[in-house]
Amino acid sequence: MTRAAAVIVLVILAGVIVSLVYGSMPAIQAFGFGFLTSQAWNPVTENFGAAAAIYGTLVTSIVAMVIAVPVGLGVATFLTELCPHALRRPIGVAIELLAGIPSIIYGIWGLFVLAPFLQSHVQPALISAFGDIPFFSTLFAGPPYGIGMLTAGFILAIMVLPFIASISRDVFETVPPVLKEAAWGIGATTWEVMRYVVVPYTRVGVIGGMMLGLGRALGETMAVTFVIGNAHKISGSLLAPGTTISATIANEFTEAVGDLYTSALIELGLILFVITFFVLALARYMLMRIEQKSA
Amino acid sequence: MSLYASRRGANSAATTLCWVAAVFGLSWLALILGSLVYEGVRGLSPAVFTEMTPPPGSKGGLLNAIAGSLVMTIIGVAIGTPLGMLAGTYMAEYGRYSKLTMIVRFINDILLSAPSIVIGLFVYEILVHPMGHFSAISGAVALALLVVPVVVRTTEDMLLLVPGSMREAASALGAPRAHVVAKVAYRAAKAGLITGVLLAVARVSGETAPLLFTALNNQFWSSDLTAPMASLPVVIFQFALSPYKDWQQLAWTGALLITVAVLALSIAARALSAGRRNSK
Repeated sequence: MTRAAAVIVLVILAGVIVSLVYGSMPAIQAFGFGFLTSQAWNPVTENFGAAAAIYGTLVTSIVAMVIAVPVGLGVATFLTELCPHALRRPIGVAIELLAGIPSIIYGIWGLFVLAPFLQSHVQPALISAFGDIPFFSTLFAGPPYGIGMLTAGFILAIMVLPFIASISRDVFETVPPVLKEAAWGIGATTWEVMRYVVVPYTRVGVIGGMMLGLGRALGETMAVTFVIGNAHKISGSLLAPGTTISATIANEFTEAVGDLYTSALIELGLILFVITFFVLALARYMLMRIEQKSA
Repeated sequence: MSLYASRRGANSAATTLCWVAAVFGLSWLALILGSLVYEGVRGLSPAVFTEMTPPPGSKGGLLNAIAGSLVMTIIGVAIGTPLGMLAGTYMAEYGRYSKLTMIVRFINDILLSAPSIVIGLFVYEILVHPMGHFSAISGAVALALLVVPVVVRTTEDMLLLVPGSMREAASALGAPRAHVVAKVAYRAAKAGLITGVLLAVARVSGETAPLLFTALNNQFWSSDLTAPMASLPVVIFQFALSPYKDWQQLAWTGALLITVAVLALSIAARALSAGRRNSK
């Protein structure tokens, strides 16, 4: 019986894949591979393409990682090397609680607190600071809406930060103390110990942790739905509204009329699942390797 | 600048940045909780717990949403927990070294962080579509699918912590395998198992995405499991995005309620497992 239960876990995964493929069949037949490259999204003429949603998903996740990875590594370093012992546990728990807050809370906070703040204070500054520099001027072009790709990426960064921080802390702790002591013994500074001993030793695990955070960012729904702006077009500017795969599904699924519309949304879900599956599988594989190393 | 000075400089720059990162991370927690309390408490009144969700412009509370959340979470946990526990038990007790365990552990870890909206689509395909309408029971099934991986993971981890000598002692006394697992291993790992369930409840009680197109929403009181049912997260989603000030206020209050519940659950889970660790 317990074995049957274990098998059911596998069956669930298989079921998810099969049902998504089955549900997206009409859309796959209607659009073929063009679905992945088309920017069209017109429910009236029933012409759908996933490019804008995929683009938004990737861009918001990249923005999130650019912010969250350095901060997360900094927090992990702080917790393992710098923090006074008495504060270690409370701060660690506080960071982990950040991971437990439901995503809808991040969404409502992002919409009512963060977006207006970015709109009135941060975005105008970005526009005027980078307005004359090539590349950056397209990145930060257009009026400050408040909501948009940058805001969504920022919210995602806050959401994945605890994952990256706590996994990095855990893998940093797998470093045998004798390695660090040897480095300190020849006069290395804390920074040098981190840079030349701890990070190289744990590289695989740290990257695994980042991938896990990336997996979260790619699939995150509610927080993004609130602040992304929901525009089905690709724009070079980070300040412009866009959409992501999960936000599109959340916003439009219950309103979708017609089999083709529903099917197109399910195909989006399938694409999202395939992308996150590979990212997460790679992350788990890397974390498994570091676990075996420490055992 | 001498090499020594530049190395010292790099070191203090790096450590300062780490401090900044930690403060930065913690300040978000403080900021979010702060604005939740600030915005949410204003709307807190007895009516929130005694009245139904209102149409825009009139007074009301969140009673049907709170009840719906409770009902669906309880059913979801009731379905998902036994399944997860059995699977976790197999992995730790019966098939510890089997190939199946390795595969299930890998797949389970992936399901643990799979996007919940995909789980919602899956349940839509297998339950909502065949039934022809949204229902509370399909919402509960979606939540159950999110409970399973959390419980599998903690059950396996906690049972692996139970020392083998305890099992050997029980077996030596002639206890059959099932008794060893049920009476010895489960009892020894009890606190950990409860922690797992609490974490699972905390995880699903804030879930919104999978409920959007399984349970949908309902403005009224509903005890019919085959009909759409309201839930706090979905009501928050709908009300927060509405243009009405009183709806937005209710959304903030609901958000405060969920956050308090979720944080209380995860702190309780942590206290429970910490107590266990210290007593050893």
